[in-house]
Amino acid sequence: MTRIAAIAVFWTCLLAVLYLLRRQRNVAFWPLLALSAILLFNLFFTPHFYNLEMRGGHLYGVPIDIINHASKVAVLSLGMTLVIGAGGIDLSVGAVMAIAGATMAHLNIEAGMAPGYCILAALATGLLAGMWNGFLVAIMEIPPMVATIILMVSGRGVAQLITSGQIINFNNPVLNFIGNGFILIPFPFILTLVVFGVTYGVTRGTALGFMIEAVGDNEVAARRAGLSAKTIKFLVYVFAGLCAAVAGLVHTSNIRSADANNIGLYLELDAIMAVVIGGTAMTGGRLYLASSVIGAILIQALTTTMYAKDVSPVVAPVPKALVILAVCLLQSERVRRYLADRPNRAQGRGNE
Amino acid sequence: MKRRHLTLLANALVLLLLYGIGGVYFKNFLTLRVFVNLLGDNAFMGIAAIGMTFVIISGGIDLSVASVIAFTSIFIAQTVHDGLHPWWAMAMALCLGWLFGATQGWLISFFELPPFLVTLSGMFFARGMGYIVNDVSLAIKHGVYSQTIRNLAIPLAKNVRLPFTAQCFILFILAGTFLLAFTRFGRYIYAIGSNEASARLMGVPVHRMKILIYALSGFCAAASGCVVTFYMQSGNSSSFVGLEMDAIASAVIGGTLLSGGVGGVPGTFLGAIILGLIQALISFHGNLNNWWAKIFIGILLFLFISIQQLLSRRLRAAR
Repeated sequence: MTRIAAIAVFWTCLLAVLYLLRRQRNVAFWPLLALSAILLFNLFFTPHFYNLEMRGGHLYGVPIDIINHASKVAVLSLGMTLVIGAGGIDLSVGAVMAIAGATMAHLNIEAGMAPGYCILAALATGLLAGMWNGFLVAIMEIPPMVATIILMVSGRGVAQLITSGQIINFNNPVLNFIGNGFILIPFPFILTLVVFGVTYGVTRGTALGFMIEAVGDNEVAARRAGLSAKTIKFLVYVFAGLCAAVAGLVHTSNIRSADANNIGLYLELDAIMAVVIGGTAMTGGRLYLASSVIGAILIQALTTTMYAKDVSPVVAPVPKALVILAVCLLQSERVRRYLADRPNRAQGRGNE
Repeated sequence: MKRRHLTLLANALVLLLLYGIGGVYFKNFLTLRVFVNLLGDNAFMGIAAIGMTFVIISGGIDLSVASVIAFTSIFIAQTVHDGLHPWWAMAMALCLGWLFGATQGWLISFFELPPFLVTLSGMFFARGMGYIVNDVSLAIKHGVYSQTIRNLAIPLAKNVRLPFTAQCFILFILAGTFLLAFTRFGRYIYAIGSNEASARLMGVPVHRMKILIYALSGFCAAASGCVVTFYMQSGNSSSFVGLEMDAIASAVIGGTLLSGGVGGVPGTFLGAIILGLIQALISFHGNLNNWWAKIFIGILLFLFISIQQLLSRRLRAAR
């Protein structure tokens, strides 16, 4: 009975949030609606989906798994949101994850350094990679997609160089904790919340968010208004690199080994997908952080649901493709106009 | 005009340099046989890169090519396995590739969606469809594959034959160069890539052109999938992950600007051969690891992009 009551309370809250978001014409409405649809499907068709258990002070259950596994992409998508909001794109984050993971494992196993230093060094590689991308985009003025492809292609090579092509296994309580730890809820998700809090505070608590949006919307106008577009562009790439390093630590720690070939493979695409599903347009000029995190959770919820329904993992890309396409279509001007022009419907001011 | 020749020249220099390194360090590197193998081994990537060149010059990008190649290879393998004649299977695969590309182009053009996202979903879609056709590697056993294709190889010298895959590659290079440089279709692509709005004002049928461009890229990817089946004698739905990046890298090294409006098929050909040469050098060396190839390709990308950036800056300053 308590379970049914809990589910009822959860759904009431969810519907209330959805209603509020819709009334405010918040962009987070669409990804949250899609997420609710998946949760609703699971409510009826997946037994035990909502079963949460306390075991040894940890929460277990499918929803916990979802937010746990969504953490990597969520952290990546936070950095990516700023980059895309500033009118850029960062294709290298997957490779940077591999570099950070390789650095951490290598320093711990081969150089025998203390875990704290390993983590700091790994974060530093992320910063360095971000600075490289920022240098190419902001100083050299190379188009972002071209500039970040360089590190995307060679970054995995660098990671393999660090690990000498081996898969480095490690077993250190501190390093294991990053990807597998629990403080009631999984540590990766706590990390995501921390990164989100910091990012949100820095961008929305100060004018920095508006500055990034201004640069993404119209760089020339932003410069005329007195913003240093170069500095801002440089900083967003550095931040994306740092986020990638955090995600890389989580992934590496989660599998307790640094596999330069596979860590973060194609996660840059998932991160971009999460950002776009969240409503941040790839043309830049707007950024929605919370919405991106919901996007990341949506992608993971979709994947987990397909596994739960015994959809073969090999077929899984197809529904994923259809979801991206559907979300893109929803955001397309033409479809919006069509929806807005339908009779008996208040004229939409666009989703703000 | 001048700038295009400059990048081609830089490409040719790098190519000669790599060849020189190979010639100095390894005997037999400067033989016709190595060159012919280079063409044959890189044919499928090169053909996909040619389609990619068209898309990139028009200002777009196509991330779906690798998945389309994998899909085509497993599609042909499966249909031949089920008793269809290989030529028919290939014709069907080419039509499917064309249609797939055209659909992507239509979505991009009609709904004004970003090409990156549409082709990204195309990438997942084609990959998944390939797995649905068959999720294991399937050998192709048919007379066409075991005999006809082999007999089509042209003897060039003693013990050196130009394989059919290399012939396809050369055919696509010639056709692509002609289409891009000497036809109205090609001019339109440059116009759209330089400035879509002004192209539209000049009367370029942008909507139709975009559909055709992506259809062409899908067609090239499918053709590349056919070449893969000649090369591997099998189909596999999980292979060639990440090949689209090699194709993009070939085009970019070859002087095609990802911002659109600049580039050409000969450059892409040189870019593809440079990538192939790096791999060949590393495999000739035997002790160098695969990651050096990635790092070296990254360095090359950086060099070429920087050169182009400096050139275009100077052009802008001169104006």
